[in-house]
Amino acid sequence: MEQKNKVVGRPVRKKDAMRLLLGKPAYLEDVTPSDCLVVKVLRSPHAHAVIREINTTVAGKVPGVVGIYTWQDVPQKRYAQAGQTYPEPSPYDRLILDRRVRFVGDAVAIVAAENEKAADKALKLIKVQYDVQPAVLDFHTAKDNPVLVHPEEDWKACCPVGADNTRNLCACGSESDGDVDSVLADCDMVVEHTYHTKAFQQAMMETFRTYTELDPYGRLHVISSTQIVFHVRRILSHALDIPVSRIHVEKPRIGGGFGAKQTVVAEVYPAFVTLKTGRPARMIYTRRECQIAGSPRHEMEIHVRVGASKEGRIRAMDVYTLSNTGAYGEHGPTTVGLSGHKSIPLYTGGLEAFRFAYDVVYTNQQAAGAYRGYGATQGIFAVESAVNELADKLGIDPVQLRLRNMVREGQVMPAYYNEKTLACALDRCMLRCADLFDWEHRRTPRVQPDGKIRAAGVAMAMQGSGISGVDVGSATIKLDDQGCYSLTIGAADMGTGCDTILAQMAAECMDCSVDDVAVFGADTDASPYDSGSYASSTTYVTGKAVEKACAELKTKICSLAAEMLGCEASDLEFAGREVRRLDGGGAVSLADIATRSMCGTAPAMQATCSHSSPTSPPPFMVGMAEIELDPETGSVRPLEFVAVVDCGTPINPNLARIQTEGGLVQGIGMTLYENVTTNALGQIAENSFMQYKLPTRQDMGTLHVEFEPSYEPTGPFGAKSIGEIVINTPSPAIAHAIHSATGVWHRELPITPEKVLLGLHHKQQD
Amino acid sequence: MLTIREYVRPQTLEEAYTLCQKKSSVVLGGMLWLRMQNSQVGTAIDLCELGLNHIEETPDDYVIGAMVSLRQLEQHPGLAALTQGAMAEAVKHIVGVQFRNLATVGGSLYGRFGFSDVLTLFLALDARVELYHAGMMSLADFIGMPRQQRDILVRVYLPRAPRRVVYLSQRNSATDFPTLTCAIARQNGQTCCVIGARPMRAMAFDDEKGLLAAGVNETSAAAFAKDLAARVPLGSNLRAGEEYRRLVCEALVRRGLVQMEGC
Amino acid sequence: MEIKLNLNGRAITAQADPDTLLLDFVRAQGCVSVKRGCDTANCGLCTVLLDGVPVLSCSVLAARADGHSVQTLEGLQSEAEEFVTFIADQGADQCGFCNPGFVMNTIALLRENPDPTDEEIRAYLAGNLCRCSGYDGQLRGIRAYLNSKKEQGGARDGAEK
Repeated sequence: MEQKNKVVGRPVRKKDAMRLLLGKPAYLEDVTPSDCLVVKVLRSPHAHAVIREINTTVAGKVPGVVGIYTWQDVPQKRYAQAGQTYPEPSPYDRLILDRRVRFVGDAVAIVAAENEKAADKALKLIKVQYDVQPAVLDFHTAKDNPVLVHPEEDWKACCPVGADNTRNLCACGSESDGDVDSVLADCDMVVEHTYHTKAFQQAMMETFRTYTELDPYGRLHVISSTQIVFHVRRILSHALDIPVSRIHVEKPRIGGGFGAKQTVVAEVYPAFVTLKTGRPARMIYTRRECQIAGSPRHEMEIHVRVGASKEGRIRAMDVYTLSNTGAYGEHGPTTVGLSGHKSIPLYTGGLEAFRFAYDVVYTNQQAAGAYRGYGATQGIFAVESAVNELADKLGIDPVQLRLRNMVREGQVMPAYYNEKTLACALDRCMLRCADLFDWEHRRTPRVQPDGKIRAAGVAMAMQGSGISGVDVGSATIKLDDQGCYSLTIGAADMGTGCDTILAQMAAECMDCSVDDVAVFGADTDASPYDSGSYASSTTYVTGKAVEKACAELKTKICSLAAEMLGCEASDLEFAGREVRRLDGGGAVSLADIATRSMCGTAPAMQATCSHSSPTSPPPFMVGMAEIELDPETGSVRPLEFVAVVDCGTPINPNLARIQTEGGLVQGIGMTLYENVTTNALGQIAENSFMQYKLPTRQDMGTLHVEFEPSYEPTGPFGAKSIGEIVINTPSPAIAHAIHSATGVWHRELPITPEKVLLGLHHKQQD
Repeated sequence: MLTIREYVRPQTLEEAYTLCQKKSSVVLGGMLWLRMQNSQVGTAIDLCELGLNHIEETPDDYVIGAMVSLRQLEQHPGLAALTQGAMAEAVKHIVGVQFRNLATVGGSLYGRFGFSDVLTLFLALDARVELYHAGMMSLADFIGMPRQQRDILVRVYLPRAPRRVVYLSQRNSATDFPTLTCAIARQNGQTCCVIGARPMRAMAFDDEKGLLAAGVNETSAAAFAKDLAARVPLGSNLRAGEEYRRLVCEALVRRGLVQMEGC
Repeated sequence: MEIKLNLNGRAITAQADPDTLLLDFVRAQGCVSVKRGCDTANCGLCTVLLDGVPVLSCSVLAARADGHSVQTLEGLQSEAEEFVTFIADQGADQCGFCNPGFVMNTIALLRENPDPTDEEIRAYLAGNLCRCSGYDGQLRGIRAYLNSKKEQGGARDGAEK
């Protein structure tokens, strides 16, 4: 199956690397004019309130203030901000500004001013009288709470996701295979625990930001730091109640996304201002706004029951997830699914029965969104921790327990839409990782001379590659003068390097160098439709579209060459820089074909192809962590993290490695340092990087990443995805290591030194 | 948001002092905390032209100008020798090099921040401060004064008399605020132990019960640490609770004493 | 108020408010490599050299820089160029938004300590956050750069100084 590749599989430098590293203008604030209107949003100080009155008279008189808009000024048509394929599973529960505000930080008014100082001054002078309402802050009590987050009658769910606003339900559902209760009853050992993960922030270095203006045609031109240009266009059309034909969306370089920019967080505000004033406008979120009114991970509490025979055969798994979508339902109905679909199937091996049920509830907290891992991260922390607890109770090495039960190539996964693994190297990942890490020796905790304890933990993970039957990837490839190519895409490179990766695929197909392929995207006016860069879809889905488009262009090139050489296309061979007759009777250079295509000939030397996959082949990986734990202070220092990843064919090993390393450190961050605490008023304490502690380079130890390739027949060049899976293993592996060191299981993230020390202390007192 | 109406670089301390008598005036330190505040400053007084960014030596003291940066403290060989490395240990976990290049000694002490590593160590070193108007006083007396005084902290004096010093801190992550700080100094058989980030401002404790009178060893260190941890007023904040701090306090004090004696 | 300073070797005179931050001042002067990442002096994205010393331009008043020399990555292109190719070769540039601050502080590190250990690199750059790369690729890049400098031999180093 595997073929010899020239460009694919090579560590090609990112096309934009040098310009980015040298600080050239590339991002939204660098490339849009600064003399536009500054847009700012007044945010609610209350978790739940109804606006009785807003007085903007004084604020409106501040010199430089151009407009102040309130709920009375905006279209009264509810929409969803989640960047998803239409009709969105996320409920239509938003207005640009609503009379009811639903979390601390919810938008109350929009200010447009000539400069930042005037905007800030106006924000302070807007007088709002609130009728403060009781708030739903505890997500355990949200379902069927008498206080409704969305009592409005025009609330609407477009898809049958079990949503019911009269019960504070954004979604609910269940699925099962076999009789989980009776199999569990028959198991020698059942482990049953509840695991809790918080609303962690993507914390991409560039905050949300959007620039808008009217173009010469009077259309709304939107430049936004977004992963989803086409969804932004459609969502703005819904929110602003103007036709899609009047909107043009493009993205510049993006300073990180991780899913945050798969939600239309900032776009509506400047877009609304530009429509109202006719003037260019720009909104740049402060870091504080990002932290309190962004689109973080869904907080989840996951109840796991896992049953096994005493020999260590995992027979049944029962997972119930309670997910907190916050004040609005963005990605609520879909993230929750992954908490079961990407955790239970890891144990397809001998699983006789499973059940997965969930409720997604509205609360008066910051609305959640999409964050790398998208629910799988939460589910895998729970299920992998439960399996480690099971191994501990059974007295079986957790690596061996996994090898006995894990999903293997060729198996049908009942808990994953009955998909069959066509490419699965999870077993090899486990063996290789155990070998690299020296699991056999390091799994036993060792007390150091200074009293600190070194201990190890393990976890495995899966994810998907795009959304099966939904995501659409597209590419246009065009033959240019001198025989080079333009590749136009609608997927968004947010730093991942997908522009380069897709160019590598095109170069492989067209037998040329990566430098011969110019990449452009993403722009709704110019790019072919692509659902956007999310759900680990770009390499797998858009990559396949590139492959298809290249094949079609090659056919077109050959038919023009046939015309030039006076033969049939079937007599020709495409050889990269030229097309030649198979019989050796002549050739024509690609440059000449390009020249010819631009003079007196009809067929366009351009091909556009789309791709959508009926399956979403999971990448797999294994992670092992070694920590050093100080039993007198509770400090946990990550020493080393070893990860072995099966992403199919790594198209660009350098970029795949960096994706992995970046994901691991984010995973370490949510496990040990990043916290989200909300007080009784619903205010988030960690509203800055001073309080929300991202791991620094002194907090993560060393990383060791290897790939254990498989070949996914439905993917381009055998590739699956890499973007999301990489965040999933640190939390269960580190929690496992902490248990090894202390004998205490921590089932809530983050695991702070305080929790570790008090856990140890209370255990010793018992 | 911080707004400033006027920015001034006084050429004399007298000028600076006069300017700072107005309620809306602020003396700039490193600007790191000030800049995060939501305040309207009338006159921002920058002491940058008063030659206060040097560390000087007199026969008795290191004299540290108020505008000396934390990075200067970290890299100063004399202070390293005086404190057996504790000076660098006290500041090197503070955010990052760029931050420490801005943060000033004057700003750190004048703010009397609860989380201050610098305050913790300087209290243990018997530091004195020179205020333009109020004159010389011990750092301990200074931090006991109300914050609203409109005076200018000019210099800090660290006695050069030799002493054993150790500094330890506990943090949730490498460059975060501390959840507890501990500086211990021992001179002529007298031990001073300062605990900061309680999370309230640092407090100094002596060996009143003479637990270390017979010398510092594993046993006496443990006894002193246990006794001290039981009586230090501690509290809770976002980063850690009182119970945790008490356990950590005992561990750091004991370790600090043992480490100090080992050097 | 009027601010006079030397920006990347060029004498600048410009108007600014007393509370204008150096970050906004240099961006207005076209030095857009300098980025704002946090507002709380925690991320390092806004790192510039003030009289050769790396500082956070988000926490320096433009007024304070009056009479001083400020360098941004725009002014250190040739010093940065060779080094950053090694970061590019790791793919560690990623989204790139933190890169200028990271490159500026690495330049400051290497001027101060031309042969740092991995621990010294991590400590010096601890105030430069990166959310994409996981840091190890940046470290490998710096290490590869230093190794290549060593391979080039000491003769040229001597000549440069």
